[in-house]
Amino acid sequence: MNPLEPARARPGKAFTITFDGRPLGARSGQTVAAALWTAGVTAWRSTRGTGRPRGVFCGIGVCFDCLVTVNDRPNQRACLVPVRPGDVIRTQEGTGREHG
Amino acid sequence: MAEQPHLTVVGAGPAGLAGALAAAERGVRVTLVDAAGRPGGQFFRQPDPALGADRKQTPHHEWRVWKRLRDGLDRHRATGRITHLTDHHVWCAERDPGSTEITVYALAGATQEEGVTVRSDAVLLATGGYERVLPFPGWTLPGVVTAGGAQAMLKGSLVLPGRKIVVAGTGPLLLPVAAGLASAGAQVAALVESASPRALLRRAPVLAAQPGKLAEGAGYAARLLRHGVRVLPRHTVVEAHGTGRLTAVTVASLDRRGRVRPGGAHRIACDTLAVGHGMLPHTDLADTLGCTLSGTDVRVDSEQRTDVPGVWAAGEATGIGGAALALAEGHIAGRSIAARLHGNAPDPCQWAAAARARKRLRTFSAALDSVYAPPPGWTDRVADDTVVCRCEEVTAGDVRTAAGSLGGSDLRTLKLLTRAGMGWCQGRMCAPAVAGLSGCAFTPGRRPFARPVPLGVLATPPGQRLD
Repeated sequence: MNPLEPARARPGKAFTITFDGRPLGARSGQTVAAALWTAGVTAWRSTRGTGRPRGVFCGIGVCFDCLVTVNDRPNQRACLVPVRPGDVIRTQEGTGREHG
Repeated sequence: MAEQPHLTVVGAGPAGLAGALAAAERGVRVTLVDAAGRPGGQFFRQPDPALGADRKQTPHHEWRVWKRLRDGLDRHRATGRITHLTDHHVWCAERDPGSTEITVYALAGATQEEGVTVRSDAVLLATGGYERVLPFPGWTLPGVVTAGGAQAMLKGSLVLPGRKIVVAGTGPLLLPVAAGLASAGAQVAALVESASPRALLRRAPVLAAQPGKLAEGAGYAARLLRHGVRVLPRHTVVEAHGTGRLTAVTVASLDRRGRVRPGGAHRIACDTLAVGHGMLPHTDLADTLGCTLSGTDVRVDSEQRTDVPGVWAAGEATGIGGAALALAEGHIAGRSIAARLHGNAPDPCQWAAAARARKRLRTFSAALDSVYAPPPGWTDRVADDTVVCRCEEVTAGDVRTAAGSLGGSDLRTLKLLTRAGMGWCQGRMCAPAVAGLSGCAFTPGRRPFARPVPLGVLATPPGQRLD
């Protein structure tokens, strides 16, 4: 069973986004974090100091652990930002400013 | 005719909605400012409409209460009595020294770079709370999430963080989180609660005074049983394992003093750990306005007034106590505000039922607090190389050195010595841990702004102004 079933959800047609160049399916109504979770991706940032992987932690916009680069804008909180068709999501290395 | 008085409510969760409706029904014009795209706060978080959920109530509770609040909000929005500003992140509130006006500053727009200013005659702070997580080795691994975060992502986006999940920590939130994840199709490998059932029994008389709450707890317990979830009371997660992401946790049983029993540890394979150790109130806006705090909570009187004129507070901001308490407090605040803004002394008899509920629920949550305190031995299990401040990657060893040989004896000094609490989250995640590890008093951090603000917004005059 997936979590859409008990809520009898009928989401719209899936669209494509890319994560580090890899195409992934996503749906309207999801946040960037939810879309990545659905695709089995749990890490999309490496820390500034030791380069450790991070993903969602608090899930409500308080902790800033889920920062990610969305359409070349670094430091977006994946748990708050709604996903849109064609979004280009990239793993954020450090401050995200080096490549952008 | 005199212009209608104007109230700004910060937060559209249970307390904010109850306050906004009570005030609006009594002739107050209300601007409801909220960071979310839809009302409800964390407790009434709904699946996004685009997901087309027919049974939105499935991952939810108190559906009828929610419908009443939502219908009330819709009605007042239609008449213009309530203006609801969604996706508005409040970063500062200030009282005009020259008048009685209070100004609330928010960031709006998709990128949160547009400044919005709301001026009004009074403000109700219904800013809610957030989850406390105490550190342990491995807690920064992807796959480790807060219990409330797992629940929020499930409620709002209908997604699960993984397939095989351990729910752990302490507090009444763990039950609905574990039950919700199991009902949504996750395999919940264990519910690990550090509190002891004996402690619950000791508080039985106080808890039994809230039969509704006990029935709610029993309902979650029955769902856990139905899904075959193993419950491990008086146990704790001592380590999360994995390299790039979580693969297992080690769980240990605790003795009466909260220490790990020798030989009582075992490993549970899982891809997700949902963990939480209670909640903390959001008090930044109250703090900048100069409201007195009592411990970690905004101090309020019987009318939910803070000690700053024109500033009321309700819900988790005044002490963690759950949605029912937040509704009662918000209702009282809204009635008090309406009377005061119309120049009348309010009659507390008119909110007697809400006041009784408030008293009962505060007693109940105090009893729960004493049962669900984190085990006193938790600091011993935080190894020196464990990251404590997630943003600045400050380790427990750094904190211990700063508090020991460097002589830091308060959170502010420790922050300056180690950078713990200086990162993006401004210490919200690490402050309780830094306090626990160093032996310093835990005081809510004084932050000039409640969230990061682009320099461009600070440098330009107030943007769109709503008076």
